[in-house]
Amino acid sequence: MQSPVKYLSRKGWHQTAIIAIIGGIYVFGSWILNFDNLNGLLAIPKAFAWLGVNFRPNANTMEYLPRILQKLIQTVLLAIASTVVAAIISIFVALLGSKVTGINGFVQTIVRGIASFFRNIPLVAWSMILLFSFKQSDFTGFLALLLMSIGYLIRAFMEIIEDEASETMLALKATGASYFQVIFQAVLPQILPSILSWILYMIENNVRDATLVGILTGTGIGFIFDIYYKSFRFDAAGMTVLAIIFVVIALEIISNQIRKVIL
Amino acid sequence: MLEVKSLEKSYEKDKPALTDISFDIKPGTFVAIIGPSGAGKTTILRSLNQLIKDDGGQILLDGHDIRTANKTELRKYRRQIGMVFQNYNLVERLTVIENVLHGRLGYKSTLAGVFGRYTQAEKEEAMSLLKKVGLENFALQRCSELSGGQKQRVGIARSLIQHPKVILCDEPIASLDPASAQNVMELLKDLTEEYNLICIANLHQINMAKKYADQIIGIRKGHLVFDENADMLSEDILKTLYDQDITKELE
Ligand SMILES: Nc1ncnc2c1ncn2[C@@H]1O[C@H](COP(=O)(O)OP(=O)(O)OP(=O)(O)O)[C@@H](O)[C@H]1O
Ligand SMILES: [Mg+2]
Repeated sequence: MQSPVKYLSRKGWHQTAIIAIIGGIYVFGSWILNFDNLNGLLAIPKAFAWLGVNFRPNANTMEYLPRILQKLIQTVLLAIASTVVAAIISIFVALLGSKVTGINGFVQTIVRGIASFFRNIPLVAWSMILLFSFKQSDFTGFLALLLMSIGYLIRAFMEIIEDEASETMLALKATGASYFQVIFQAVLPQILPSILSWILYMIENNVRDATLVGILTGTGIGFIFDIYYKSFRFDAAGMTVLAIIFVVIALEIISNQIRKVIL
Repeated sequence: MLEVKSLEKSYEKDKPALTDISFDIKPGTFVAIIGPSGAGKTTILRSLNQLIKDDGGQILLDGHDIRTANKTELRKYRRQIGMVFQNYNLVERLTVIENVLHGRLGYKSTLAGVFGRYTQAEKEEAMSLLKKVGLENFALQRCSELSGGQKQRVGIARSLIQHPKVILCDEPIASLDPASAQNVMELLKDLTEEYNLICIANLHQINMAKKYADQIIGIRKGHLVFDENADMLSEDILKTLYDQDITKELE
């Protein structure tokens, strides 16, 4: 038996050691990469000052606004569409693959494999791969977001089903209810709030990611940001960034409101 | 009449969870299964409606062996066997009456059940059962808004609407305060008499078992060590059952 005092002092010692190790790795890494800490730090205010001067929208920038808004709406719709389609597909797959509603161990392993495959290939890589087959189009962006979202949502939905639905499932099974009755009467109603909460989170996330995907696939808000930036119209690029920030924050506020109502 | 003969179960090889369990229960009997944690009480109860597949023996409900039933037959047996859970296992987001009506699913076609289409008669019965368990004013309330004792009474109404011959209760009062616990035990006892049910409850409270049960079954390490009228339960038997002196709990 360890005494509590000994245990706690040991724990403190462990924490110190871990912090020291992390610090060591940082110093070692900077040395390898030839990264000059001091100058790096000093550059940050300069960078912001440059941003402030060059990216500040001015009176002339306003003429870009309609175009920016149009592309922004396009991007938000793309994010919503890909998330909703991904959610519908993921629910079915998660039902097939979860430990409590799943078909068998073999299918469960396959589903887990597919989900982690989609999840672990970076979004940028997905976009590049899909560009070969689908060229620069909205559909390429849609597909890249879709595959990525499916990877995350399958995994999340399976965990939700396993955590939240197994007890009620058991109860309905015991009444003599059939598989589909159990799914529709117990599992789906029970998991609905958590599922919606995940979908909302995924939409917020996909609006952000759609910007990046747009730069690669030449669509949406990412595309015009890229154009403005490369043609040195920094004021318009700044305006675009502000618009994106505004929309992302607005979406977050809206989805928090929705969460409050449904949960 | 429920007859269990030489029931066997092991989850892992050479580690039997149940060994040669046999007992009979007549209709209108309230039975308590007692025994230390890990003795095999839940395993027995879940074998009775085959939520757990046991390894051998017979489970006869009015002479028919549930263990040999195919999928369709098993559905028919299960709807005659209600189940009440320690954590109530209700669909919390749905209303009280929807949860009660879930007890009818075993009688419905898959499609009617999937869409939750219930007949007028079923809805009326659900209401009258809610009245019986004292929740007639809560029919349209969400289950998440109820207290533990109220939830357990919804669970009981859900099992009653199955028109069961047997009700299985796995620690029905373990999550309840003393007053709600008494209330639920009395309800189960009364219903057993009124509907001539076989009611089997796993209990950790020996005083409750003594007070409400007609018959007590004692399980220890997967073996049946006691199966008698409740008033035959002595301190000596409790000592062997629990490997220790817990007579104080009886007072
Ligand atoms: N799914 C399982 N897999 C493996 N072993 C199990 C499983 N379920 C139960 N057991 C084992 O079987 C034995 C009986 O368990 P059971 O749950 O029936 O006990 P219990 O009498 O209900 O206990 P408690 O009073 O704690 O609920 C225990 O030793 C337990 O560890
Ligand atoms: Mg148990």
